[in-house]
Amino acid sequence: MLKFLLSRLLTFVPTFFGVTLISFAFIRVLPGDPILVMAGERGMTEERYQALQEQFGFDRPLIEQYIEYLGGVLQGNLGESFVTKRPVWDEFFSLFPATLELSICAMVFALVLGLPAGVIAAVNRGKLFDRALMSTALVGYSMPIFWWALLLIIVFSGNLGWTPVSGRISLQYFFDDVTGFMLIDSALSGQKGAFGSAVQHLILPAIVLGTIPLAVIARQTRSAMLEVLGEDYIRTARAKGLPPQRVVGLHALRNAMIPVVTVIGLSVGTLLAGAILTETIFSWPGIGKWMVDSIFRRDYPVVQGGLLLIAVMVMIVNLTVDVLYGFINPKIRKA
Amino acid sequence: MDFARRLTAGLLFAALAAGSASAQTLVYCSEGSPEGFDPALYTSGTTFDASEHTIYDKLTLFETGTTNVIPGLAESWEVSEDGLEYTFKLRQGVKFHSNDMFTPSRDFNADDVIFSFERQWKDDNSYHEVSGGTWEYFDGMSMPDLLSSIEKVDDYTVKFVLNRPEAPFVANLAMGFASIMSKEYADAMIEAGTPEMLNQQPIGTGPFSFVAYQKDAVIRYARNDEYWRDPADIENLVFAITPDASVRYQKLTAGECHIMPYPNPADIEAMKADENIVVAEQEGLNVGYLAYNTTQEPFDDPKVRKALNMAIDKQAIIDVVFQGSGQIAKNPIPPTMWGYAEGIEDDPYDPEAAKAMLEEAGVTDLSMKVWAMPVQRPYNPNARRMAELIQEDFSQVGVDVEIVSYEWGEYLSRSRELDRDGAILLGWTGDNGDPDNFLAVLLGCDGVENSNRAQWCYEPFDELIQKAKTVSDQEERAKLYQQAQEIFKEQAPWATIAHSVVYMPMRPEVQGYKVHPLGGHIFYGVSIEQ
Repeated sequence: MLKFLLSRLLTFVPTFFGVTLISFAFIRVLPGDPILVMAGERGMTEERYQALQEQFGFDRPLIEQYIEYLGGVLQGNLGESFVTKRPVWDEFFSLFPATLELSICAMVFALVLGLPAGVIAAVNRGKLFDRALMSTALVGYSMPIFWWALLLIIVFSGNLGWTPVSGRISLQYFFDDVTGFMLIDSALSGQKGAFGSAVQHLILPAIVLGTIPLAVIARQTRSAMLEVLGEDYIRTARAKGLPPQRVVGLHALRNAMIPVVTVIGLSVGTLLAGAILTETIFSWPGIGKWMVDSIFRRDYPVVQGGLLLIAVMVMIVNLTVDVLYGFINPKIRKA
Repeated sequence: MDFARRLTAGLLFAALAAGSASAQTLVYCSEGSPEGFDPALYTSGTTFDASEHTIYDKLTLFETGTTNVIPGLAESWEVSEDGLEYTFKLRQGVKFHSNDMFTPSRDFNADDVIFSFERQWKDDNSYHEVSGGTWEYFDGMSMPDLLSSIEKVDDYTVKFVLNRPEAPFVANLAMGFASIMSKEYADAMIEAGTPEMLNQQPIGTGPFSFVAYQKDAVIRYARNDEYWRDPADIENLVFAITPDASVRYQKLTAGECHIMPYPNPADIEAMKADENIVVAEQEGLNVGYLAYNTTQEPFDDPKVRKALNMAIDKQAIIDVVFQGSGQIAKNPIPPTMWGYAEGIEDDPYDPEAAKAMLEEAGVTDLSMKVWAMPVQRPYNPNARRMAELIQEDFSQVGVDVEIVSYEWGEYLSRSRELDRDGAILLGWTGDNGDPDNFLAVLLGCDGVENSNRAQWCYEPFDELIQKAKTVSDQEERAKLYQQAQEIFKEQAPWATIAHSVVYMPMRPEVQGYKVHPLGGHIFYGVSIEQ
């Protein structure tokens, strides 16, 4: 197992350097000069422009700028935002817990509904439930997030008044961040009703963000289950007289989990992409909106640092998924 | 955050518990996060709302709802006869806010004024390089060229000496970059090794003191009970950061906020029809225009420019692009500004006459480019659509238009070039309510290859606006600007297209809110009816 882990960790190193290079190059390839964007309609004199170029170090060769950036990264320094003048590291970690909390809740929502739905559909293949479920999943998968979010807000917050429109917690609650996770911090705050308010605020964004993963997981679970249910050992298990729920729940589901776990791992990317829109609509203070704003402002350090940190997160998730495979299927561990 | 502050805030926000409006807490659904809290470092309105209009004061202030300049931290001022010396008498007994790191030991005085400007101006000031040190507005308003010295006459008297007369100077001092910071706080933060706190944990003399900020979520302020004017009616001010306009509208409807900026134009009719929403409106202090390159043939001929202006159906643009939330512009300054030339007649929309004028000027088979901005602005909510309408209009007079666009930074940079090809859609929002801020910046000879996108340097016009800078009597200045607008109309370096209308939807219980022509959102003077 240790060897397996080490070999996976080793692939980290070239990927990490690749990501630093790509994130550095990406924002510079885009047309648009951060200094001119900052000056806006007013413009600035040539002398002032040159002075700012020098101040930000844009007058130096790209390779020199990259080496300096890489040196900083290796020492844990991602630079300061051009706009807010705060360290990228601080900004990222003040916002990331919000994204993580929302993503986890969205994933839990997708799993809790998606797994059983997929299993039931597979067992009832071709029947009305199966068809209805698969059509719904297709709709869910194709749903434009922006439209879906506004629809839910208008119905559940506007018309019915069941959920708040946006934000992470009602404005009446006011406490310091301890973990950055609102569910935990609100519970720790001891303020009456704070936890309930945090949960209420999470419902709609988690549903919106979890919709696409839910559809993918339900479909993937169904097809993996169908494949496994046709295997000889399942027939054997049935022939031995095992109760159907044991055959499906234990023998079939465990083996169907490998492709499902892969999809869950890959959904992390989808979640982060979906988080950009979901966070904007629900005024959710996470890294999705932060990244988009910084791209528009050509805030180089934030875009570079943010991309790098997100890539590292995705790499960690993929590593975890690899390790999980090992637990589910010992053959992989030994390979 | 100390316990007392947390408790106060907690108790006061508790009034919102039932989702109903509190008598003491005003929730403003703002459109974005501020870049920081030091207004001198930034140029965006979102940042100014969160800093200069709440936390800070300036020597002079704009009277809310107008562009009139009134005394602020300066009680009065005198201008020398040659227009080069401005002596300000400072208000006594003005208190700075305090926070966990700092409690002021003295009142506001001349040292704070000198520090607030010198940090932006002097390379050797210890704050000059702090937080990136990009003093965009200070530089953009040409303050380094304008200022000769700032002298402390006594603790409550400060004298600004200028290198040349500049009539809008007093109005410039009411702008965000001229916010007065506490020198004592700045010194304390340098000593503590955390100078950036000036930008992150701001201390000012304004009507509200800063309590807490969570990026992209919420900013909290508390009333400054020691304010030198009457303390604000609202005890707590909350900015609930809500970037999406449709969501702001839903929050307003649900009672989660009291007031919101920048509604979608398409929602305004429904808002006006809703009895739980009041929509305040005012013409914005802006102009959207199409600037020809007056150095390029055939646009160097005023007759050609005039003919093209007559080919544009501006009413159609107002209806389609602004969806009614705009008004036709005939002059380069908005009608709410003093000095506006009311008597000038706009070029009529007359494609036939335009065609004849073009033929007369010897222009046939003209092909040209029209540049469409890639971003939305109040003065132009959809430049692409506007360009398409102009393309259609120009085709009616035999002019073939190719629409081009670039990424915003590129757009701004390329459009400054003297040999730029074609006419460009752009606009301007006023900074200080002074006509000079439009006419000199956008059309003066100094602005060529920079903010003067028409590259138009016309001596009779330039002489008038230069002269107006040196005159201190407003009526006399207004006359000069009116003459300048007449010349502008004759010479037509731009097609003036529209001034936008600004809408502020709010709950009916919000009282006393005035839409500010300079675009800021100001909550001092606002109350909530019980």
